[in-house]
Amino acid sequence: MEYFFELFLGGLTRGSIYALIALGYTMVYGIIELINFAHGEIYMIGAFTALIVASLLTMAGLKGLAVLALAMVVAVIYAGAYGFTLEKVAYKPLRGASRLSPLISAIGMSIFLQNYVLLAQTSDFLPFPSLIPNFGFMEPYEHIFSSSELVIVLVTATSMVVLTCLIKFTRMGKAMRATAQDRTMAMLAGININRVISTTFVIGSCLAAVGGVLIASHIGQINFYIGFIAGIKAFTAAVLGGIGSVPGAVLGSLVLGWTESFATGYVSSDYEDVFAFLLLVLILIFRPEGILGKSKVNKV
Amino acid sequence: MKDLKQSLFLSIWFMLLTFPLMVIRVNTMEKTVHWRWTNMIIVGVAVFFLSYIWRYFMVRKENKPAATDSIPWNQRLLSERKFFIPFITAVLIFSLSFPLFVSEYRVNVLITAMMYVVLGLGLNIVVGLAGLLDLGYVAFYAVGAYTYALLNMHFGVGFWIALPAGALIGAIFGILLGIPVLRLRGDYLAIVTLGFGEIIRLILENWSDFSMGPSGIANIPKPTIIGFELTRSQGILFIYYLMIALAIFTIFVVNRLQDSRLGRSWLALREDEIVCQVMGIDRMRTKLAAFALGATWAGMMGVIFAAKTAFINPASFTFLESAIILSIVVLGGMGSILGVILGALVLILLPEELRAFSQYRMLIFGAAMVLMMVFRPQGIISNVRRSYEYHETG
Repeated sequence: MEYFFELFLGGLTRGSIYALIALGYTMVYGIIELINFAHGEIYMIGAFTALIVASLLTMAGLKGLAVLALAMVVAVIYAGAYGFTLEKVAYKPLRGASRLSPLISAIGMSIFLQNYVLLAQTSDFLPFPSLIPNFGFMEPYEHIFSSSELVIVLVTATSMVVLTCLIKFTRMGKAMRATAQDRTMAMLAGININRVISTTFVIGSCLAAVGGVLIASHIGQINFYIGFIAGIKAFTAAVLGGIGSVPGAVLGSLVLGWTESFATGYVSSDYEDVFAFLLLVLILIFRPEGILGKSKVNKV
Repeated sequence: MKDLKQSLFLSIWFMLLTFPLMVIRVNTMEKTVHWRWTNMIIVGVAVFFLSYIWRYFMVRKENKPAATDSIPWNQRLLSERKFFIPFITAVLIFSLSFPLFVSEYRVNVLITAMMYVVLGLGLNIVVGLAGLLDLGYVAFYAVGAYTYALLNMHFGVGFWIALPAGALIGAIFGILLGIPVLRLRGDYLAIVTLGFGEIIRLILENWSDFSMGPSGIANIPKPTIIGFELTRSQGILFIYYLMIALAIFTIFVVNRLQDSRLGRSWLALREDEIVCQVMGIDRMRTKLAAFALGATWAGMMGVIFAAKTAFINPASFTFLESAIILSIVVLGGMGSILGVILGALVLILLPEELRAFSQYRMLIFGAAMVLMMVFRPQGIISNVRRSYEYHETG
């Protein structure tokens, strides 16, 4: 039973990280119907930026939560800036082009960013300092649920609540929902589409960076390739929950996290990624609109 | 003046953007920081000039003159007899005599380039003609390679039986993978095929009893001619000529396919699925045919790859390989045979010539894919569809 709980909590942590990335996919897809392949790379860049900042601060003599907070802030700002630039360079000129063009552009951008980090930094795995301190009150449960896992779950939950409020109650959120529903109509109603799309990319990228910093600090090492697999899995999660839906992305991520956790725990750890992909394939075959998604009828 | 201001702003923006990754390099072990300020200057200057080029092309793209009606030279080259016969003869003579003048290493490089020509043409059927973005193409390539390696290891099957067998098993895998996923819309299809590609690789890596795992399979025999063993250099020459024959065969088949009933339904399907169904085209069958035919070439090339390198392991079949083949198709020109051939030759031979820049290869590939989509989505050589012309008489 304890093993079960351990796997359950492990899946919860995993799912939380996927959720932070999946939200970016789902929001972007909801608004411009594009799979932003480079989203995983933004997550990776967030983690790298945090690593650099954290190392600098540690050398300067800072310690503990201050390092984490500062590294997180810088990483989030930079990831946001990267997301903003990415959209302006690779996607904005392609609005109105055929469906395949932005997708290929996205793949190109993903390859570009991976190799940019590879060349600018290193191809090796870099050790990432564990920035999240061990809390005293978690001591008795440390063997099944560590402090860093607790932080990850809490941060994800908070981000989710903030994001939901943002979309539900602010002017920008309203504009986003309108744009997702009907871009032309939103434009006619006086919504600045370019601003809405940029904001969506920035928010998504910031969330991905939060995920990147947390997971890197939890696992303890990063390299230029971490974004690729994480990106695909987060996308799987977004599809699983119903792409375009924010609660769907969270739910899908948790389902995916648990699937992986239990499958590796009870079946075989060699095929961890295979389970994720199989789940994706099965979902797409049997319920392509996802758990919470609405099915769309194609119109001429 | 406005341009200058904008370029300066962009240059500062990118300098700030790339600052942590380009300038700072920390060594977490020795706790030292390496500041590389020159990189910042390079980024600034490069962005400044690139922004001018970007703007120039943007303006040009917007004021593009209306497309001319005449058939471009490249289209005529392949479709009109009086052009293509001398052209093909010239290319044939050149390529057949090529190994006489150059080193073995060069010939090997050219074999690789030709393999990518065939792979590109195969993927072109799926992506360029049928408009299905397949990111797991390398899976079929792996299937072909392992078909030969495993059949040879267990049953001593020779190259000549393995070649059609690899093609056939590739096609079967194409159909098997195609049936469930082809109902999906374009972007879902892309991600699922990517997933399938990874699944195949992971299975090959982890199922050691079946595929020998990450250590791969070695000592795969080279092709023989009716029982004659060939020396090493003869073997290379032989594969070279075989590849030329296969490339010509592929070009011929794809060219004929394009104008066939099936080829036309692919093009129609690419343009509009719903209209296609209304016109009575069986959507599933047409898509499956594209998937299977594309996979056939990959399976065949897999066999050649196994025979050429004599050693295969799952590391040769990563997503990167799919991405390279895809960029060949995209950069060359989706749907255009000549474009894909040119794309493969440029993308494979150029990095070979520019060894000094080899580490920038994928960086440039990625950037080229984005730039191509932004400025010239039709590729280096665009494919112009045949159309009936209406001439007013007297």
